[in-house]
Amino acid sequence: MKLNFTIPENDMSLAGIASTQLKKKLLQIGIPTDVVKKAVISLYEAEINMVIHGGGGDIDIEITPEEIILVLSDRGPGIADIDLAMQEGYSTASDDIREMGFGAGMGLPNIKKNSDYFHIDSKPDMGTTVTIKVKI
Amino acid sequence: MCRSKYLHSVTLDENLCRGCTNCISRCPTEAIRVRDGKAYIIKERCIDCGECIRSCPSHAKKALSDPLDIIKRFDYRVALPAPSFYGQFRDEIGADRVLSALLEIGFDDVYEVARAADIVSMATQELIRSGEYPKPLISSSCPAVVKLIQVRFPGLIEHVIKIQSPMEVAARVVKKYIHKDKKNVGVFFISPCPAKVSVVKSPLGYEMSCVDGVIAVKDIYPLVRTIAKKIVKPARLSTASGTGIGWAHSDGESDSVNTERSLSVDGIHQVINVLEQIENEDMKDIDFIEAMACPGGCVGGTLSIENPFIARSRVKRIVRKNRNPVISRDIFNRPGFDISWTKEIYSRPIMKLDEDIRVAMQMMEELDRINEELPGLDCGSCGAPTCRALAEDIVRGHADKTDCIFLLKDEIKKVARQMAQLEKRMPSALKTGEGRGGNA
Repeated sequence: MKLNFTIPENDMSLAGIASTQLKKKLLQIGIPTDVVKKAVISLYEAEINMVIHGGGGDIDIEITPEEIILVLSDRGPGIADIDLAMQEGYSTASDDIREMGFGAGMGLPNIKKNSDYFHIDSKPDMGTTVTIKVKI
Repeated sequence: MCRSKYLHSVTLDENLCRGCTNCISRCPTEAIRVRDGKAYIIKERCIDCGECIRSCPSHAKKALSDPLDIIKRFDYRVALPAPSFYGQFRDEIGADRVLSALLEIGFDDVYEVARAADIVSMATQELIRSGEYPKPLISSSCPAVVKLIQVRFPGLIEHVIKIQSPMEVAARVVKKYIHKDKKNVGVFFISPCPAKVSVVKSPLGYEMSCVDGVIAVKDIYPLVRTIAKKIVKPARLSTASGTGIGWAHSDGESDSVNTERSLSVDGIHQVINVLEQIENEDMKDIDFIEAMACPGGCVGGTLSIENPFIARSRVKRIVRKNRNPVISRDIFNRPGFDISWTKEIYSRPIMKLDEDIRVAMQMMEELDRINEELPGLDCGSCGAPTCRALAEDIVRGHADKTDCIFLLKDEIKKVARQMAQLEKRMPSALKTGEGRGGNA
């Protein structure tokens, strides 16, 4: 089954809506708790990134009996150095965002930790597409 | 297994229920439907939070508790007043008069649950100091919150503190230490909380409760008040510390565990918001979370009499004046004294659509499709709390699309239009303007 969400730009109050909805659905379908947790944390982190850095975008989720596939595409500035972005503690978030408790540079590493497949497709000015898979 | 049947204390008085929809939309587990003009509680889903009792304008929702007469079944009767009990009485009455009155109405001894709260705080402090736990720890003292976690946040079960509640610890201290030589000792919790009634019958984290009965504050209050007012010079019976009594209201427990990195949240819907954030791993910098289902904490319990904010301000004054030291570590340090849980708690996936993931996924797709057809107003007229809940009831086979008055109206319109069209049609054997005379 498929789910779609559109995330608006720069509205932190809406960040987390997709992950909350996904969690409810996965639990209702009967996906094991530990898998739900991994998928929800991955999506939450990616969702936050999309609001902070990506200027909003689209989330496409596919759930099959074998895996959960999360694809997040934004139209933001893109990532110049993906390897650097993957490092724990590295962040380009503004001071405003940091004051809200985000931008600690743990987002991408946390997604990697919680997923079975993680791929970033990004070039400067071309936007970023993140693909995450969590096995059931 | 001891008890397979899940018991809960919140019930409905059908005679009083008017079939309005106030309760269904407030229920955090979507456990209530209105059918045939009466509310109906889906037992497996109820977590005894009392939200429906609070929101029912007809006072049709009630919590079952034990009558005061239950104490007569025991030879030696000990009352365990909840810390919030003191907040029910005007300042001039005070804790000592309240406890003296309990002794006059038939109890042989009293043991303040606030004293056991001190013991639980010690155990929690020790756990926090050990550093060996998933962050943040979530207090298990509110049974409705623990049940909420089992039902809606199974991923957080490992965060729940596996230590008995002050009520249970108090009962054990009374039975195993203070009155261990006496026969047929009955221990009775004076409760502001319906969830405590059910947790005594089907415990969370241990096999059997040591509490023999749970008496509602509202049932015992009139008698205690009448007698307490007449006591001129009460004996000094209240020995609980201010810290222990502070557990009556929100912040009290988190203040007692001695960590700066604590957070307290009260009111079941705010609790849900915080639990969501913990699941998103947004709260790893917090050590301890006090989460209370009732607004204001236990003073807001639905078996209480007094407005929670008035009760809280009274309790705060009692705490400020209190000079009793925190309970000594004597009992806590005794060899063999262990208040840890002895039984795991498990998730209760009551929201699950089907045991088979593939079937559940098909049902979910159908549910989403039906949900799209529904108006999305969450008006409650169908008897379900939200349009989505109705869609869920439909795929589970408990409801029909035409339970939605908007879809029903559409359907009626369609049928009416068809009837109007049918009415216009002439029998095919007769043609308009074609009479017997043939063409003119």
